[in-house]
Amino acid sequence: MANLMTGAEIVFKVLEEQGVNHIFGYPGGAVLPIYDELKNHKKIKHILVRHEQGAGHAAEGYARSSGKPGVMLVTSGPGATNAVTALTDAYMDSVPLVCITGQVPTHLIGTDAFQECDTTGITRPCTKHNWLVKDVNKLSLIMHQAFEVATTGRPGPVLVDIPKDIQFKKGKYLRAKEIKKNNFKTNIKFSGQDDDIEKAVELIKKSIKPILYTGGGVINSGPKATTLLRELVSLTEFPITSTLQGLGAFPGNDNKFLGMLGMHGTYEANNAMHDCDLMINVGARFDDRITGKLDEFSPKSKKIHIDIDPSSINKNVKVDLALVGDVKFILEKIISKIKQKHPDFANSNKKKIGHWWNQIKTWRSKNSLSYKNSNDIIKPQFAVQRLYELTKAQDVYITTEVGQHQMWAAQHYKFDKPNRWMTSGGLGTMGYGLPAAIGVQIANPEKLVIDIAGEASVLMTMQEMSTAVQYKLPIKIFILNNQYMGMVRQWQELLHEKNYSESYTSALPDFVKLAEAYGCVGIRANKPQELDQKITEMLSVNRPVIFDCVVDKVENCYPMIPSGKAHNQMLLGDKDEEDSISEEGKILV
Amino acid sequence: MIKSAYSFSTKKDKIENHIIVVWVNNESGALARVIGLFSGRGYNIDSLAVAEVDQKKNISRITISTSGTLQVLQQIKLQLEKLVPVHKVADFPKNKKTILREMALLKVVSSKASLEKAKKVCKNYKYVILDKTEKSFVFEISALKKEVDDLIKKLQPLGLASVSRTGIVAMTRGYETFK
Repeated sequence: MANLMTGAEIVFKVLEEQGVNHIFGYPGGAVLPIYDELKNHKKIKHILVRHEQGAGHAAEGYARSSGKPGVMLVTSGPGATNAVTALTDAYMDSVPLVCITGQVPTHLIGTDAFQECDTTGITRPCTKHNWLVKDVNKLSLIMHQAFEVATTGRPGPVLVDIPKDIQFKKGKYLRAKEIKKNNFKTNIKFSGQDDDIEKAVELIKKSIKPILYTGGGVINSGPKATTLLRELVSLTEFPITSTLQGLGAFPGNDNKFLGMLGMHGTYEANNAMHDCDLMINVGARFDDRITGKLDEFSPKSKKIHIDIDPSSINKNVKVDLALVGDVKFILEKIISKIKQKHPDFANSNKKKIGHWWNQIKTWRSKNSLSYKNSNDIIKPQFAVQRLYELTKAQDVYITTEVGQHQMWAAQHYKFDKPNRWMTSGGLGTMGYGLPAAIGVQIANPEKLVIDIAGEASVLMTMQEMSTAVQYKLPIKIFILNNQYMGMVRQWQELLHEKNYSESYTSALPDFVKLAEAYGCVGIRANKPQELDQKITEMLSVNRPVIFDCVVDKVENCYPMIPSGKAHNQMLLGDKDEEDSISEEGKILV
Repeated sequence: MIKSAYSFSTKKDKIENHIIVVWVNNESGALARVIGLFSGRGYNIDSLAVAEVDQKKNISRITISTSGTLQVLQQIKLQLEKLVPVHKVADFPKNKKTILREMALLKVVSSKASLEKAKKVCKNYKYVILDKTEKSFVFEISALKKEVDDLIKKLQPLGLASVSRTGIVAMTRGYETFK
């Protein structure tokens, strides 16, 4: 008879076998046996957060910056419900998370016991899959499967709910390789035919106005996909744009890169999307912030869509050629096919798409990310630009909260590597950036980690500063403080006759004093002239810092595609605002 | 006034009725996942039938009658295929190639005269009487959904007291099975 272990021991045995080094969590009654077992597993470090949502976002930051799954451990009832926002966030942005929740003992399930909730019921729509463990002998099997489901195919969060009696009970442990592969339909390399690759290459060959539209799928596919994407661009000379989540897959400073596309994307990227004759979507999902008005989305183009998730195909936009599979396998096939069929492609193609590049240059000359700088007040764009200039020599990891500051960070901070940019795109979770920065710093101990934040967002998870201080994580919280929920205010200005209903925060805390209260460092910058010196000061501190950057209160984020409009109807700045949004547009977000 | 908060579509695609058949592990929560997907993504369920069909392999067959545009129907199939306990999903066309049936139990409680009339109405359908008293009878009918609908309509004035329907089940014709 094999050695029997308790459920709690099995949990750690699986974590060890899966190569987990860090878990983010918060103890409580229904997970105490697992917490009791923690002391026997020195290889696994537990990071105590201050709220379960923080554990989830920290695990997300950890996962996105390291390429490994993030693991969180929380208790039943409120522990589980507090994790729901982070799970949903991870689900929307395809982040691999394994969430372990405690549950009331099996015999109490369904009796409205203390701290009981229907965890698997609540989290069913925000996980790839979840399990309620009713038999300790199935625990190792389920947990190994959980890691497999989370990390393969289109990654995402999973949840394993373990009743307290199962944590105490003794059962058999099965190693990962002893478990029959369940075929979760997730290990898709490329499900199509060589024929399809040939068709893609034909379209690439024919195109005179091509564009690559790349997304988070490239980064999820791993570093090789990034290398291949760069090779494809140098091979074809095609212009390339990226979604919010794809930033870093291609160097932000490269001349071929048109900047981010979508609602706050650049003029050249959006116009190129609208006018192109061939769109190659690599690992993006035609999100509504990207497409603008669907009926007028890129009307004249043939569309190729590369995605690992079959259900992404034709969900929002009908495409002409779907290549379902892992980005790196498909890019590799396309590249080798181009090389084989058209050895001199780059040269022969340069002339062919020359007109297109000229057109793009014209759009570029609008300089759509420009803004009016000031000598008296810090413009938020200027703050991000200075932060970039003063940190770009280092290998920097940036997280953000959600709102105007997030868009300014995406526009003005240039990334040249993948896994350096962690932001909540799909769900748009205010309060994501600070705990995410904690997870990033845990995964990358020696690196510079900055959360570009807004003062409203960061207050939602501010308690995690305490976590940063406890584990001596020198994260930098760079707050663009305009005292408004800036993006809400901007929409109210554009759509609701400047009725700034509840978007101004009075009685904000003094962030410098708040930093001191947490036991970290507070720095404030009020004037553009002192900004560089204060940022340098922040960078020289090897402790967590809250940087209160007092910026223009009423600056708006441009350029933008107003609601209900197409890619070629962008607003470039304040002068464009009048009469740009129709009555119909006003009821759209 | 358009209600949508994000975008609106000016195109109105044709709505079609389809039968979606899902083979799924017979485990707790599996049905909830399938149904939750429909409600969560705003798909329609016109009827639903589910039971275990393979005890050895522990597989249930879920038959869902649904309606939507072709794009939505394709999404339903692809989204269902992603669920971990789902083995395979078939989209059966509602045409000659597919056998569709629905079973119903109907109870009529009425006067003798009405009961006789009710029986006459039933004669046009294949039916089996399962229970009889002087004031009532319970019978079983297996037919197309529309036929069951029609029969119910006809029996309503004759004392139809209770109806229980299984929802549509489906099978393809010929020797081939869906792989």
